Amino acid sequence: MALTNEYIKQRLTEKFGDQVQNFQEPYGMLTFEAPKELNLKVLQYLFDEDALAFRFMTDLQAVHYPDNKGRELAVVYHLHSLTENVRIRFKVFTDIQTPDVFSATALFSGANWMERETYDFYGVNFVGHPNLKRILNVDEMDYFPMRKEFPLEEQTRVDKDDDMFGR
Amino acid sequence: MSDHHIKLPEGSIEKQTTTLNLGPTHPATHGVFQNILELDGERIISAEQTVGYIHRAFEKIAERRPLYQITPLTDRLNYCSAPINNMGWHITCEKLLGVKTPKRVDYLRIIIMELARIADHLICNSIVGVDTGAYTGFLYVMQYRELIYEIYEEICGSRLTTNIGRIGGFERNFNNTAFEKIEKFLKEYPKVLQEFENLFTRNRIFMERTIGCGPISAERALNYGFTGPNLRAAGVDYDVRVHTPYSSYEEFDFEIPVGSTGDCYDRYLVRNQEMWQSLRIIEQAMRKLGEFKGKDAEVFHADIPEYYLPEKKDVYTKMEALIWHFKIIMGEIDMPAGEVYQSVEGANGELGYYLITDGGRTPYRLHFRRPCFIYYQAYEELTKGSMLSDAIIVMSSLNLIAGEMDA
Repeated sequence: MALTNEYIKQRLTEKFGDQVQNFQEPYGMLTFEAPKELNLKVLQYLFDEDALAFRFMTDLQAVHYPDNKGRELAVVYHLHSLTENVRIRFKVFTDIQTPDVFSATALFSGANWMERETYDFYGVNFVGHPNLKRILNVDEMDYFPMRKEFPLEEQTRVDKDDDMFGR
Repeated sequence: MSDHHIKLPEGSIEKQTTTLNLGPTHPATHGVFQNILELDGERIISAEQTVGYIHRAFEKIAERRPLYQITPLTDRLNYCSAPINNMGWHITCEKLLGVKTPKRVDYLRIIIMELARIADHLICNSIVGVDTGAYTGFLYVMQYRELIYEIYEEICGSRLTTNIGRIGGFERNFNNTAFEKIEKFLKEYPKVLQEFENLFTRNRIFMERTIGCGPISAERALNYGFTGPNLRAAGVDYDVRVHTPYSSYEEFDFEIPVGSTGDCYDRYLVRNQEMWQSLRIIEQAMRKLGEFKGKDAEVFHADIPEYYLPEKKDVYTKMEALIWHFKIIMGEIDMPAGEVYQSVEGANGELGYYLITDGGRTPYRLHFRRPCFIYYQAYEELTKGSMLSDAIIVMSSLNLIAGEMDA
């Protein structure tokens, strides 16, 4: 039986009720979110069920929404069921004061560096990660540069002040 | 004098093992990354990788750039096969914008992408040869990489960081010289590849150096997020070109070569087989291109005036074309809001683009799924217990590109 988005949605709702919510299908990829305490439970469920078998983690990254009060940071998992060739996107949101999210390293060895990268750039604290330290930036850095409060260009510059092109 | 003795780290006299810094600028690392190896004699006890030496904050820069200005950033990911990155990015943009490309564009793209794959595998395999002590193969195949670069040059004017193509197609049609060079490549390269294989595949020294060196099981490879030739060498037939076809790959007839042990020798064999398959794909694409007649044979871009730059001669003479050119270059056109993940089969694995837009002129967030960043974490597992010299071959046969790893 082909694995359809509808079926995945039904299975998730059966298991987790209305805690798994906000189902969307942007450009055909099933996207949903869950409370951050449940992230490992959802990942484990998707991994273990033979009918779903999302056993390949394609990608993991974070997005910062500074205007989303209380849920500023989103951690996004892209999962792939290789047997059925279906991809899904799974998000958990966390507030920026206590950005603690459980680490998926026990389930996916590949999550190790992806989580380190996410920590490095967004400061998401992956609880249970074996070696959570910066990976691409220097160890001495004391901020998380991909957050939106850090504009790309130096703010003291005046020579590029251009109203017309929004720089 | 006793005040001025060299301060050694705590416990460094007592410990029985040697710490060796392999890199960041060691000639054998082929790129700027570091391995801190803990050695017992010549056996590796543990390895810790340090990456990030050439981190250039592409993802942050991309948040301030309109679509076209991001293409040159993608060049600098895996610079051994830059056209695949460029086209992967353009395909992502097309998916976001809902652009449908003409068939001829798809075939032209496939030719260039497969040439890039050949160029990349050529480098990787011949470097494995160099690291095992066989320099001949490397020098011999270089002239065909040069020919591939000349083909790029005919099409887009540059060689290494190509910035090739546009959203919706190419900047100009392929000229006759380009087609002649592709024909020349198809005619001459099989013999060269055959000879390259004769040099290595059954070469006893090469086999003894690579067989059983850095193996990985299929389960571990999947768990580590391996993709591309490295995953296929472990025996998993996952290929983005087949599983989620883009650019009309579904119309082509080719095989996915797989290995079984995932060691350096299997990775080498898989890459070689893929080059043969790429040649098959290019031949088919050339045949399909020959079937276009009349006006169809001139199509090289989709009809999307909002995103495709007008012709230069119009820009210089016509007001409207000048305005469009300006608007596109400066990124004055707002993108639709959306969330796209698009991946292409890069030469060393699944190269993914995760693009979030909020309706502005620049991406809200752009993440590159860089295959070698993800599979390099398995390096310790691959080399533990092996000899130092094996660690070098594992590094080169994984096809690690520092530019891609550090983004």
